[in-house]
Amino acid sequence: MARVAEAVASSESRATDRRDAWWLAPVSVAVGLGVLGLYLFWAAAQNGNFRFENYLSPVYSPEVHPSWWPISPAFLILLPPLFFRTTCYYYRKAYYRAFFWDPPACAVGEPHRNYTGEVKFPFILQNMHRFSFYLAAFWLIFLWYDVFEAFRFASGFGVGLGSLVILASTGTLTLYTLSCHSWRHMVGGKLDCFSCTASARSRHGVWQRVTHLNEHHQLFAWISLFAVTAADVYVRLLAMGVIHDVRLL
Amino acid sequence: MTEAVFHVFRGDAKGGSLQPYKVQVEEGMVVLDAIHRIQAQDAPDLAVRWNCKAAKCGSCSAEVNGKPSLMCKTRLDALPLDQPVVVKPIRSFPVIRDLVTDVQWNYEVNKKIPPFTPKKDAPWRWMQEDIDRVQEFRKCIECFLCQNVCHVIREHGVKSGFAGPRFFVRVASVEMHPMDDLNRTALLKDEMGIGYCNITKCCTEVCPEDIHITDNAIIPLKERVVDDHYDPVRKIFRLLSGKKSS
Repeated sequence: MARVAEAVASSESRATDRRDAWWLAPVSVAVGLGVLGLYLFWAAAQNGNFRFENYLSPVYSPEVHPSWWPISPAFLILLPPLFFRTTCYYYRKAYYRAFFWDPPACAVGEPHRNYTGEVKFPFILQNMHRFSFYLAAFWLIFLWYDVFEAFRFASGFGVGLGSLVILASTGTLTLYTLSCHSWRHMVGGKLDCFSCTASARSRHGVWQRVTHLNEHHQLFAWISLFAVTAADVYVRLLAMGVIHDVRLL
Repeated sequence: MTEAVFHVFRGDAKGGSLQPYKVQVEEGMVVLDAIHRIQAQDAPDLAVRWNCKAAKCGSCSAEVNGKPSLMCKTRLDALPLDQPVVVKPIRSFPVIRDLVTDVQWNYEVNKKIPPFTPKKDAPWRWMQEDIDRVQEFRKCIECFLCQNVCHVIREHGVKSGFAGPRFFVRVASVEMHPMDDLNRTALLKDEMGIGYCNITKCCTEVCPEDIHITDNAIIPLKERVVDDHYDPVRKIFRLLSGKKSS
């Protein structure tokens, strides 16, 4: 019975009684966001090897070189997507759990006591998510232009592996943007009555489609982040001469 | 037939400890069955709140191996029985005795929410698509597992100025009703403290009714609060058009 008593005492002193691998999700998110975030920061700092012929890395799109900006333009270009991702309802869950441990997992103790949620600066700015959505949606225009360019070779229309990589990057970014919770609210979520007017009825149809996309928002958030990173890696390796593009058509 | 060891909290508001009990496990048993067997064989004074044993009354909320869950919905064959099964009362509310907690605070919060207030002189008619959202919220069985797991209440003890996920669901059920005429965004922001919620979705994870609390209730309500209280563009538009926010 002494062994039982020891087990009872130790279970009473732990921060959680959970026995499953609750730490796996926050650790995976921290590693995933950390590795991809560090790579993208490094890529943004390079200010080179971001274009190969008709392929442009999404990290440097739109391609601008403002004279008043002293460092790599990618740090300017990435501000809207960064604003969109940091205020995103999915990423908030991800980084509050993985980096702030607020909480690290459900029913697991937190290491700190001070908590103000999103009612004080800086986290009250999360309420500006809809404005970051407007910017991210506007940015898609540039990225789809890059897709168009990626299929336009000197010899005319063509398909290279790079064309598909850039298409995948922009396609998944579009899905991620269109599955946004704020967008879901704007297209129809704010309405109380979907059947009251003709416009509300059509908005209900759009709201249903966005809701369907929104159910996969987390998936799109990760896939698009991987796809953007993969597109930059591919274009960078081409520009550095490490690999050669595969022409499919 | 196998034997499992249960470590069950025994005590009251002054304190208590986990007590070990051995239970014969049969096929199909849930944790509540084991607790009943302990009551019948070893501890007739063990206090436990239960009612339907069908995951519909919301009475038997507890923490089984650290996970907030309904005891009647937690099967023993889903637990590792080679180790003791730890059963504790839900942590966010004061213990009355053993596995029974005092959840009165929740009913006090509920009283602050203005009830469904129908529009005057409106046709009393609506379509299914208008109430699909509301019907999801009506599935709530008030087990208060979401309130228990919400770290704002559980870890930070914010009970004054915060309502918790269950009551955001309740507000959503009236706020999104096509016939309701009230606007509760000021209440959500100032008295119910929706800003304390940081969207970590634990309420959704533990909900035994699979209500998408965060995505379908809290985030849409947060967006409505932004509409009325944080969106500067809408504010300017309201000023220019002379409309009031809420």
